[in-house]
Amino acid sequence: MELTVGPNQFFWSADAWTSFYQDLAAAPVDRIVLGELVCSKRLPFYQDRIPDAITTLLGAGKDVALTSLALVTLKRERKLAGELVGMGVEVEVNDLTALAHLPQGAPFSVGPLVNVYNEGTISWLAGRGATRICLPPELPLASVATLARAGADLGVIVEVWGHGRLPLAISGRCYHARMHGRTKDNCQFACEDDPDGLDVLTLEGQPFLAMNGVQTLSDSHACAAYQIDALRDAGVGALRLSPQSRGFDTICGLYRQLLDGDVDADHVTDAIGRIDPNTRLSDGFLTGARGVDWSGKAAHP
Amino acid sequence: MVMEIVCPAGTPASLRAAVTAGAHTVYCGFADETNARNFPGLNFDRAEMREGIAFAHDHGAKVLIAINTFPRAGDEALWHRAVADAESCGADAVILADLGLLDHAARHHSGLRRHLSVQAAAANADAVNFYADTFGVKRVVLPRVLSVQEIAAINAETDVETEVFVYGGLCVMAEGRCSLSSYATGLSPNMNGVCSPASHVEYHDDKGVLDARLGGYTIHRVQKGEPAPYPTLCKGCFSAGDKTGHLFEDPVSLNAEQLIPQLQKAGVTALKIEGRQRSRSYVAQVVRNFRAAVDALEAGLPMPEGMLARLSEGQAMTTGAYKKTWR
Repeated sequence: MELTVGPNQFFWSADAWTSFYQDLAAAPVDRIVLGELVCSKRLPFYQDRIPDAITTLLGAGKDVALTSLALVTLKRERKLAGELVGMGVEVEVNDLTALAHLPQGAPFSVGPLVNVYNEGTISWLAGRGATRICLPPELPLASVATLARAGADLGVIVEVWGHGRLPLAISGRCYHARMHGRTKDNCQFACEDDPDGLDVLTLEGQPFLAMNGVQTLSDSHACAAYQIDALRDAGVGALRLSPQSRGFDTICGLYRQLLDGDVDADHVTDAIGRIDPNTRLSDGFLTGARGVDWSGKAAHP
Repeated sequence: MVMEIVCPAGTPASLRAAVTAGAHTVYCGFADETNARNFPGLNFDRAEMREGIAFAHDHGAKVLIAINTFPRAGDEALWHRAVADAESCGADAVILADLGLLDHAARHHSGLRRHLSVQAAAANADAVNFYADTFGVKRVVLPRVLSVQEIAAINAETDVETEVFVYGGLCVMAEGRCSLSSYATGLSPNMNGVCSPASHVEYHDDKGVLDARLGGYTIHRVQKGEPAPYPTLCKGCFSAGDKTGHLFEDPVSLNAEQLIPQLQKAGVTALKIEGRQRSRSYVAQVVRNFRAAVDALEAGLPMPEGMLARLSEGQAMTTGAYKKTWR
């Protein structure tokens, strides 16, 4: 099974962004998807660093793709979607607007924010040129297995969300800006202080969600460590790790060791806990009654 | 041309009430997971659908059938059957969201008109034209993330009809792209046709303070005697940083009645009212009001004012993303 690093969902400084991707060149991962997924207003801060990062990663033998935005409404965002095609690497479609700009039959991959729930959709996407599909995180294991089989028949690699805060929703409204009494157009980049999202608690102080500009994420970090055998048996071809600001190189190494059979899931989750003891884990979308549920030994609060 | 009023009907009685009250078009769904209002006691069996469509057609109204959840892997037959039955029941169109189901309908039911559900969240002209060119979609229901200016820009670049929500429940997140509900309860709009389901709501009364919980998470708290809004996740009360409040959206509903003239200028074909779960008397009154508004507009008369205030039951109203400052 391969390891894919998904696009960074957060707003990092250009220098932090650059050093993150420099480090990834040496990480034991197979594929890296980069570019701006969440908010087009963030892109100008690091856009000029993207070509060098691509060159470095390709030079390190990584498979590289560029993501589209998750929600495209503005004219300049449509233009960006069109320009992705000319960047020389595969496009990961996370909004169908990007697909509209791809030449018919050109190969592309599909990210977790496109609704791929069934065989009919995989089959249609494969016919259109999809070579790899990262499934939406909310799918249960039974659906993943059915779709991995369908993908195998069609020559499409099926990827599953393996680690990281779950992208639960995207909006036209910026919640970071709203919290600071601003509108999206005048956000003053309120999200830049929260490199892993801002914790959102319930009225009883229970951690629940994370705010990231126009995106809403889970508080918990999804962790598929205990489902690796089931995913492999189902024919899943790749596991996606979603970037976080702390300990990500360790996380890549842990999942690589897990896939290689060098460590077990308990070891992985213990080590993740040592990066940040406040990390809560979940794998409920795959196996639980609710997305937030966790099948591992340390129960979520 | 007069703007088309598209009204919800959760039951055959509501369908008849909406048609009688002047709805140009009614939308409804089958009583199963194939539609995004899969609530207990709601929706139509096949015989009711056939009769409802016949009633509407006799009165010059159209019926659209929403088959707008995302078919479950291994179970697509249920959704395929819904499309086939919609056609045989005489539906004027089906409202679809899933790529695979759109492809299926285009190939196997090419004579059945296809509308794109808001659950597909086609939010710009490229996406709208993509669905039209690829699957022969004739109308797109636009997501509630767009301003009136953006809607006008879309209409300037497409021949596809657009339909927009003007009244009722308001999704704050891009529709069809939200898993908040399944994260907290296991049930989602995309997979199960429900959001923040009543089966997972608990009210907890502690010494005069009433907590509303969804999936065990306390997301509303009021003093006893105060009105307690339904605990929909995105309209819950949370804290982050040093702020506590409705961080995503207040417990408001959408009312864009005063924007109808602008929406018409923006090239919108149809105005959609949310609320298949609402009573037939509610539906009838909302229909009468909106019908009066579009008829007045067509006749060049001023818009009736504040016509729906009474129906909102004291709940706050918003024009949502139609005004850019909402963002």
